[in-house]
Amino acid sequence: MKNIALETHNLTVSYNRRPVLWNVDFELPSGQIIGIIGPNGSGKTTLLKAIMGLVKTSSGYVKIFDQDLDDVRDRVSYVPQRESVDWDFPASVMDVVLMGRYRSSNLFKKISQKDKDIAAEALEKVGMLEYSGRQINQLSGGQQQRVFIARSLAQGADLYIMDEPFVGVDAATEEAILNLFSEMKKEGKTVIVVHHDLQTAKAYFDWIVLLNTRMVAAGPKEEIFNEELLQEAYGGKLNVLSKVGELVREKDFPIREK
Amino acid sequence: MEALWIILCGSLIAISCGLLGSFLVLRKMAMVGDAISHAVLPGIVLAYLFSGSRGSIPMLIGAAALGVLTTIIIELFYKKAKLQIDASIGITFTWLFAIGIILISLFAGQVDLDQDCVLYGEIAYVPLDLLYWGDLNLGPRTLWVASAMLLLILLIVIRGYKGLFLTTFNQEYASALGISVGFWHYLLMSSVSLTTVISFESVGAILVVAFLIVPPATAYLLSNQLKHMLWLTVLFAVLSSIGGYFLAVLINGSIAGAMATVSGVLFCLVWGYTIIQKKKMMIEY
Repeated sequence: MKNIALETHNLTVSYNRRPVLWNVDFELPSGQIIGIIGPNGSGKTTLLKAIMGLVKTSSGYVKIFDQDLDDVRDRVSYVPQRESVDWDFPASVMDVVLMGRYRSSNLFKKISQKDKDIAAEALEKVGMLEYSGRQINQLSGGQQQRVFIARSLAQGADLYIMDEPFVGVDAATEEAILNLFSEMKKEGKTVIVVHHDLQTAKAYFDWIVLLNTRMVAAGPKEEIFNEELLQEAYGGKLNVLSKVGELVREKDFPIREK
Repeated sequence: MEALWIILCGSLIAISCGLLGSFLVLRKMAMVGDAISHAVLPGIVLAYLFSGSRGSIPMLIGAAALGVLTTIIIELFYKKAKLQIDASIGITFTWLFAIGIILISLFAGQVDLDQDCVLYGEIAYVPLDLLYWGDLNLGPRTLWVASAMLLLILLIVIRGYKGLFLTTFNQEYASALGISVGFWHYLLMSSVSLTTVISFESVGAILVVAFLIVPPATAYLLSNQLKHMLWLTVLFAVLSSIGGYFLAVLINGSIAGAMATVSGVLFCLVWGYTIIQKKKMMIEY
C-alpha cells in the first residue's frame, strides 16, 4: 500500500479486565477521509483514545506515519467529544482556538501575534471568525463543534482524529465540516472520524473501518458497504431492523392503524 | 497602624488564596482547601513529636508535607478507585484529621498542642508578632511571609497561565498535545497546600477556606474570560478584607469571621445583580 498514516497492531484495551477493544489491527492510508463506524459501545472512542495515548493499552502498538506518537506529536491533532468539556468555562472562542498553538515547548512563553493570526485563519475556515470574542457558553452545539475543529486546525497537523463531530450539530455546521474535509483532502491531510450513523457514513467518507470491539473490516467504502459485513458489525440489531424493514417493504405493512 | 497591618495582611493572603482558588473552583475541586486545612493536623503533631519544639518551621514543613500527601491520596482514590471527586476529598481529610486527633490523645501527656491554636489562628494578633532586625522594627512577621507567598503565587499564575488554563479547561486535549497534566495538577495542589498552611497559621482555617472559594466564585458570576475572573477575584479579595476589618470594629467581633462574612455578603450582592441584569435583558428582547 502507499503512504500509511496510521497503523495499529494487535491493539487490545480493557476496562476492569473486560476487553473494550480486541486485537484491532489495521493500516489506514494517508490523504483520505476515514470513518470509524460501529454500534454504541463498540469501542470507537476508546480506539481514538488509545491512538492518542490517553488510555492504557493491554497489548499491541500504534504507529503514526510509521513513528511513535511522541515523535510525531506536532503532526497529529485530536478533537475530543464536545461534551467532554464544561462550556460554561470563562473563556472566549479565541482563547479556546489559541490552545491549538500550545506546545510543551512554548507553554511558558507569551502567545505571539503569529499564533493569533493562525488561530484567526482557522476560525475563518470554519466560518466562526466573527464570533472570536464571544464567551463559549453563548454558542450553539454546532458552533461549539466548529470551535473545537478550529482549535485542531490551528495545530497545523497532517493527521486529524475527531470524536463524533457530527453529533447534535445543525445543518450549516454539517455542511461547513464536510466542505472543510474536502478542502483538507485536497491539501493531502488525513482525517479520521468516529461516526455512529450508518446512513450518512457512505456519503461522508472515502474509507471505512467497521468496529465492534474487534475490527470487522477496513477498506474503501465500496468494499465495506455490503450487507454481510454490516450485519457482522451491527449484529442482531441490524438484523431485526432490516427484517422489519423488509417486511414493511414487501407487504406494505401499515405502520399505523387507520 | 494596626488597622493597616491587619487589612494589608488580610488582603495579601486573600489574593494568594483567591488566585489559586479560581482554578480550584473551575476544576470543581473547591473543597480541596478545606480538606487540606484539616488533614494537616497529623503532620503538625508528628512534626512536634519529632522536633520537640513548637517552632513554626518544623510545623510548617510537617503541615505542608501532609497537605501534598492529602492531594495525592485524593487523586489516588479518584483515579484508581474510581470514586467521585467529592467523596474522595471527604474520605481523605476526615481520615487524616482523625489520625491527627488520635495522635494528640495518644501523646496527650507530651503534646502541649491546642487544636484551636493550630487550626484557628487569629488575624487580630498579626500586629503583635513583629519582626526585628537588630533593634529595627520591620513590621509584622506575617506581612513578610504573606508578601513572599503572594510573589510566589503570582509567579506561578502568570508564568504558568497557559498551562493552568489548558489543563483546567480540557485535560484530554492537553495530554494529546503532549503536555503533562500531572505536573500542572501537582503544581497547583502543592501551591494550594503551601498557601493554606502558611495562611491558616495567621488568619485561621475558616477564613482560608472562605478566601479560597468565595471571591473566585463571586468573580465567576461576572466573568466571561479567565483573565477577568482572576482580576475580579483580586478585587473581591481586597474588598472582603477591608470591609471585614471595619465590620469587626463596628460590632467589636472576630476579624476573621467578619472578613469571611463580608465575602459571603459580596457574593450574594453580585448574584442579585446578575439576576437583575438577566431580567433586564429579557425585558429588552
